[in-house]
Amino acid sequence: MASNASSQVVRTGAGSRFVIYTLLAIFCLYYLLPLYVMVVNSLKPLSEIQAGGMMSLPSEWTIAPWASAWSTAQIGVAATGLKPYFLNSILMVVPAVAISTVLGALNGYVLTKWRFRGDTIVFGLLLFGCFIPFQMVLIPMARMLGLMGLAGTVPGLVFVHLVYGIGFSTLYFRNYYQQFPTELVRAAMIDGAGFFTIFRRIMLPSSGPIAVVCIIWQFTNIWNDFLFGASFSDFDSQPMTVALNNLVQSSTGVKEYNVHFAGAIMAALPTLLVYVVAGRYFVRGLMAGSVKG
Amino acid sequence: MGFLEIRNATKSYGAVKVLHETDIAVEEGEFLVLVGPSGCGKSTLLNMIAGLEEVTSGDIAIKGRSMNGVRPADRNIAMVFQSYALYPNMNVGQNMAFGLEMHGIPKAERDKAVSQVADLLQISHLLDRKPGQLSGGQRQRVAMGRALVRDPDVFLFDEPLSNLDAKLRVDMRTEIKKLHQKLGTTIVYVTHDQIEALTLSTRIAVMFGGHVQQLGTPKEIYDNPANIFVAGFMGSPSMNLFPAKVTTENGEAVAKVALADGTSATLPFAQERSMAGHEGRDIILGIRPEAITDEDGADRNSKAIHRIEARVEVTEPAGSDTFVVSHLGGKEVTGRFRADVDVRAGETFPFAINMEKAVAFDPETEQRIG
Repeated sequence: MASNASSQVVRTGAGSRFVIYTLLAIFCLYYLLPLYVMVVNSLKPLSEIQAGGMMSLPSEWTIAPWASAWSTAQIGVAATGLKPYFLNSILMVVPAVAISTVLGALNGYVLTKWRFRGDTIVFGLLLFGCFIPFQMVLIPMARMLGLMGLAGTVPGLVFVHLVYGIGFSTLYFRNYYQQFPTELVRAAMIDGAGFFTIFRRIMLPSSGPIAVVCIIWQFTNIWNDFLFGASFSDFDSQPMTVALNNLVQSSTGVKEYNVHFAGAIMAALPTLLVYVVAGRYFVRGLMAGSVKG
Repeated sequence: MGFLEIRNATKSYGAVKVLHETDIAVEEGEFLVLVGPSGCGKSTLLNMIAGLEEVTSGDIAIKGRSMNGVRPADRNIAMVFQSYALYPNMNVGQNMAFGLEMHGIPKAERDKAVSQVADLLQISHLLDRKPGQLSGGQRQRVAMGRALVRDPDVFLFDEPLSNLDAKLRVDMRTEIKKLHQKLGTTIVYVTHDQIEALTLSTRIAVMFGGHVQQLGTPKEIYDNPANIFVAGFMGSPSMNLFPAKVTTENGEAVAKVALADGTSATLPFAQERSMAGHEGRDIILGIRPEAITDEDGADRNSKAIHRIEARVEVTEPAGSDTFVVSHLGGKEVTGRFRADVDVRAGETFPFAINMEKAVAFDPETEQRIG
C-alpha cells in the first residue's frame, strides 16, 4: 500500500518538502485565524475585548456570552436570544431539504428512466430555474405567498426554498441516474414492479452518495440564506441568519462583541456539523454524479 | 398454432422502420435463437416479446393470447439481460424472490421456490451475498436463477454470455443447453455469436437489416443458406464465396473457376445440386472451408470430390487443423486441412473439393439458386 502510494507521487527532496510544508502551514494559519478570533473572543468578558486584546487568549474564561446569545440577548425588540430563531431555521431547513431531495430524486428518475415527449425541455427549464438570480423572483414570490396565505410564515419559507431547491436536486439526481443501468429498471418491470415500487425498492437504495451531496448542498444553501429569510419572514418566523443580523445590528446600548461572536458561531455550527458527518461522501458523490465510469 | 406466435410484427421509430414484417411461430419447448450483427433488429424483437417495446403493427401472442397492450409483468415471461441486471442492493436470495414477491406469492412459497432453483443451479451457498461480491459466472447463474424461479411460459435471453470470458462462455453455453434439455422450457435467445446460435438452438432466425433472412434448423441454415448474407455470417471461418460461370461439359452443368495463374478449373456440380438449365450464367459459388481439404482428409462418403491444383498463399496452423489460404475466382479461399499435412506456402498443392456441399448464389439478387 505504502509503496503503491509513493509510486504515484512525484518524489521531492527534503529541502523542497520543507518549503512546501512551511507554506502549507502558513496558509493554514491564515485561513484559521478568523475562526480563532471568533472562538477566543466569544469566551472572554466584553471588558477584555474593549481593552484591545483581540488576538490574545482570554485571561478570564467565561461561557456567559454563549448563554446570553442563546437565550437573553436583545434581538430586534424582544430579549429572547437566538433560541427561537434557531428553532425557526430548523423547522424551515428540515422539511425543505427533505422534500426537495425526494422530489429531485423522483424527477431524476422520471427524466432518465421514463422518458416522455419534451422531457429535455422540462429538464432544460428546471436547469434554467437553478440560475435565475434570487432578486428577480422576490416580488412575484411575495405576491404568490400572499395569495397562498403563507406570507410571513415558516411554511412560506419552506415553500420558497423548496421551489428553488428542486432545480438543483433534480440536476444532481438526473445526472446520477443517467448512469444507473436501465436494464435494472426493465428487469424490475418484468418482475412485476410498478413505477413507485421500482423507485422505492431499486433506485432509492442505490442513491446514497448523491442523496448526501444533495442534502449537504441544500442544507448549506437554505440554512445560510439571508435574502429570502429577510424578505418573506415576520418577527416570529425569522430564520437564524436574519436574527443574527438583528443581534449584531441593534443600535441601542453597548455593542457586545463577545455575544456577537458566540451568536455567529452558533449560526455556523449546523452546517459545519453536516460537513463533518457527511463530508466524506460529498466529494465521492460529486464525482459519482458527474464523471463516467 | 404456435406457443409463441409473432404475426406480421413491425417496429418503427418515427419514420425509421427497424423491424420489417416478421412472422415466427415457436412451438412449446423450442429453443429459438435470433442471430445477426448489431443493429439487425434482434434485440428490438426480443424487447417486443417482453413488452418493453410496443409493437408498431402486427401482433405477438403467447399461448394464443394476444400480448398487445399487456404489461411485461402480466405476460408470464422472464428475461436474462446482458448485464445480468441484478439489483445491487439486494442479496442473491432477495434478487431471485423479487419477482415472486411482486406477484404476491407468500413468503414460505417464495423461499421454497428459491431454494429449489438455487439447488438446481448450485448457487445455494451464495444466497446471502450481494451481487457485487460475485464473479461474472456466478452473476450469470443468479440471473438465470431469477428467471427460472418465476416458472414462466417463455424465457428471453438477451446476449447473456457476451460479458463472460471465452472459457466461461463455453462452459455456460453447455450449461444452458443442459438446462433446456432438462426443463423443456421455451426459450428465445438473442446473440450475435453464430457459434452460440448453432450449438444452442433447435431453430435459428438469422436477421439482418430488420428482416429475417432465414428461419430454420441449425443444419438447414448451415448447409443450405438462403442467401449470401446467411452464408457469410454463419460458420467460422466463414464460407468461401467466389465468382464462377456455369457451362456444359459432357452434357453436364459444371462451374468454371478462374485460377490465380490465369488457367481455369472445372468443378462439376453434384447430382442433387444440379445446375442444369442455368448454363452460361455467372454465379457466386459458396463452399465451406471444411469442404476444401487435402485429398486424404476429404469426406469418404461424398460422391462428388473433385481435385484441383492451386498455389498455396499462406498456411495457418491452428492446432487441430491447418487453414490453407489460396485463390479461386480471384478471391481468397480458405481450406481446412488436417493438422499434420505437409503443405508450404508458395507450393502448388492438390485441393480436394467436396461439391456435395457447394451452393450457388445469384450475384445480382444474392439469393440462392441451387
